[in-house]
Amino acid sequence: MSQAVTDPHATTFKTLATVLGDGVFSTSQYLDNLRLHVPASRLIELLTVLKNQCGFSFLAELGGTDYLGYPGHTRHRFEVHYVLLNIDTTERLIVKAGVDDPNPTLPSAYPLWRGADWMEREVYDMYGIVFEGHPDLRRILMPEEFTAFPLRKDYPLRGRGERHNFQKLSREQS
Amino acid sequence: MAIGLPKSGSGAIDVPENTIITRLDATIDKLLDQVGGNQIINAARKYSLWPMPFATACCGIELMAVGASRFDIARFGAEVMRFSPRQCDLLIVAGRVSMKMLPVLQRIWLQMPEPKWSISMGACASTGGVFDTYAVVQGVDRFIPIDVYIPGCPPRPEQILRALLDLQTKIQKGSSLGSKGLPEVFDAERALPEKQIVPAGIPFASERGDEDRFGYRLPGGSALLGKNEAK
Repeated sequence: MSQAVTDPHATTFKTLATVLGDGVFSTSQYLDNLRLHVPASRLIELLTVLKNQCGFSFLAELGGTDYLGYPGHTRHRFEVHYVLLNIDTTERLIVKAGVDDPNPTLPSAYPLWRGADWMEREVYDMYGIVFEGHPDLRRILMPEEFTAFPLRKDYPLRGRGERHNFQKLSREQS
Repeated sequence: MAIGLPKSGSGAIDVPENTIITRLDATIDKLLDQVGGNQIINAARKYSLWPMPFATACCGIELMAVGASRFDIARFGAEVMRFSPRQCDLLIVAGRVSMKMLPVLQRIWLQMPEPKWSISMGACASTGGVFDTYAVVQGVDRFIPIDVYIPGCPPRPEQILRALLDLQTKIQKGSSLGSKGLPEVFDAERALPEKQIVPAGIPFASERGDEDRFGYRLPGGSALLGKNEAK
């Protein structure tokens, strides 16, 4: 007996259409990953509806990408993705928002999901994307005095010797 | 070698010349030399090394194997692994050290009491290994003194025992303090002061292209990865 294949996102899309109307986001798909591409100006609006009315109570992942020099990429230079999970229905949805140089800025998702705190700090640390409204946007992985954003594609892999000027301890000193 | 007072450096106690203490110290030193006492002290030191395992990666697993019964570092008197640097006299840097971890490593080295020795274990600790990136120290000897290097990724337990035996030889000779390194290390050290003018965290190069693959800045000029090796 074959089971009828139903669209797992049907209910979500119905809710989004009634609350937000058309033209807020575009979609793309890879295997069973459905992505919603949304302009930065309407990002929080979409996330709020997804959390409060579509049941995506859990922000599973938040990360960034630098598409500088990426073959065939025509959208924004940076993209930040939010992987959302509906714990009741196990529905997963990916929201992507693009930003550009100079001063890439996005609104923070911290008011919606507390878990965004450290993930946004990590994206800021690696790509320099500023999340407005984040309560404590500091570096999280790199040392505090570090000035560059090392996961940007125009940062050299071997670095610029930021900490190579650190003090050397000799036998006499130690 | 004096047993009472450190002779030089910032850690030395400031004692005026020709006092009872300094004369006594010199006398003890002389006496020890006459009766071969320094040899006895060195032998006592080399057979009772207390390692401080600074294990940050897979080398640490290999280090545990050396401590266990099959290889049994206790046969060479270095089985007392202490996790407080203040109780240790042998630092074993096992694994890659990230740039953020470096101040911690330096602090641990400073916290160890004299006399002390150090082993750089494995490719990552010695040269950065495969992690030739902005985040990893390209050889811990750029920032702390190292006595013995162990190659390997990770090294076999026998290599660690070999390194321990080599270090024991070095301690017996009493030449560990003030020993000389490789010429390219000296070049890198000579190049350090001009880098150290720049405060930490501020880039001093557009790219680390003027350093060879071992992370040392070559005084001869640019040495891009691969280019220099072809010569």
